[in-house]
Amino acid sequence: MIWTRKHLLDIESLSVEELATLLDTAMAFKSVGERAIKKVPALRGKTVVNLFVEPSTRTRISFELSEQRLSADIIDFTAEASSLKKGETLKDTARTLEALNADFIVIRHSASGAPHFLSRVLDAHVINAGDGAHEHPTQALLDMLTIREKKGRIAGLNVTILGDILYSRVARSDIWALTKLGAHVTLCGPSTLVPKSFERLGCRVTHRLEEAIRDADVINLLRIQHERQRRSMFPSLNEYVNLFGLSKQRLALTKPDAMIMHPGPVNRGVEIDSDIADGERSVILQQVTNGLAVRMAALFLINGGGGPQAVAV
Amino acid sequence: MNTPSSSGGSAPPGEPGAGTVLLNEGGIQRALTRIAHEIAERNEDSSKVILLGIPAGGAPLSARIAKTLEGIWNHPVPQGVLDISMHRDDLDQRAAPQVWPTHIPADVTGKTVVLVDDVLYSGRTIRAAMDSLNDFGRPAQIQLAALVDRGHRELPIKADFVGKNVPTARSEKVTVRLKEFTGTDEVVLERGGGES
Repeated sequence: MIWTRKHLLDIESLSVEELATLLDTAMAFKSVGERAIKKVPALRGKTVVNLFVEPSTRTRISFELSEQRLSADIIDFTAEASSLKKGETLKDTARTLEALNADFIVIRHSASGAPHFLSRVLDAHVINAGDGAHEHPTQALLDMLTIREKKGRIAGLNVTILGDILYSRVARSDIWALTKLGAHVTLCGPSTLVPKSFERLGCRVTHRLEEAIRDADVINLLRIQHERQRRSMFPSLNEYVNLFGLSKQRLALTKPDAMIMHPGPVNRGVEIDSDIADGERSVILQQVTNGLAVRMAALFLINGGGGPQAVAV
Repeated sequence: MNTPSSSGGSAPPGEPGAGTVLLNEGGIQRALTRIAHEIAERNEDSSKVILLGIPAGGAPLSARIAKTLEGIWNHPVPQGVLDISMHRDDLDQRAAPQVWPTHIPADVTGKTVVLVDDVLYSGRTIRAAMDSLNDFGRPAQIQLAALVDRGHRELPIKADFVGKNVPTARSEKVTVRLKEFTGTDEVVLERGGGES
């Protein structure tokens, strides 16, 4: 299929074909990281601004390395050391960056919809690197790539997302991607963090861990996001660990080939037992590697200038 | 992933029968056999040769030539795929091209790499292929095999081994259909259409 999108703002609006193209392209880019020279000239001469208004380490360095591997020039713009601290609006910041001839803006922001807003006011390509509790599309793409690599498919798999669903942009993007690609999604966690309303997205919702993990082919653990919770959503961390932490005893209840995912950073001993995070069922580090591939693929695809697809001549 | 039936022109799959058939199944087979013999004749040290096909069409052609060469040389011939899309010079002028996984079967440094493509046209693909290959090592020599050479070079590049030379107009399209993708083997010249 011919890629026509100028931005990558969310998973919700992507078609199944677009998701498949992103994943296929990412597979091809994955091998670039395994070469002696881990760099291709696809974005040579292009400028990418990484506008991280909300703190991030892993997503930021993953984007940065992906951009470097595509030979782009990079400007880092973080909230702590910027004019945003001095009261500049997002629009003014972005227009200033565009006046410097930025071709791409990768934005992480605490407000849902900030990337969509930028895409309307700027000419540059915009990539959403996480907006509030809304979406984190590249995380969902790397999750899909990892599942597809390990399981050979996504359609028909039972995927359980466990933990803080309410405040998680990763959960929302994952739910969109998984349901579009034909997986059966189960959400599980405390009722305050996993409201029944998520059933409207086509998921099964349960508050009993054993029921959620028994038939799962994939278990995706999400971090408890203390920073996004306005009030305490469960009585204590200990109670959460007792009821929903993935312990060795509970792992024994799962299918022997169930794979364990986590977007990081991991709270060892809270949502996941430390040994499980390092165990052979865990694909946490493969997820990190695949993050580079999907981010390279996303940058490469939206860079296209429109019109007919380039053909080999 | 798409399995395009064509390259050298932007013709979509389908429309069989339209245009003039330049090579039929037997013609393609004879052309590839001849190319294999010419490669064997040119390269006395058979242990140095690595074949790399350029996707989409070049990949199956490279595999077929390698098989014939194995019969001539009586030893396996390393054969792989070299994607060139990340090294194209028109990336911001067109929609993003399809990217194929690259597979290089052995270290290319000091070896003779034979690039295999289905249609040689402007030469820009081959320029991109040579740039891409650079990232994997320094071959002693790079040679080029093309099933069809349709002319209209835009760069100083020429093929070492050609299946069929076909004079064409720029408005025409050369479509290569291969069994691996569409179940049929044929090369068709289609008139009209736009610049490809």
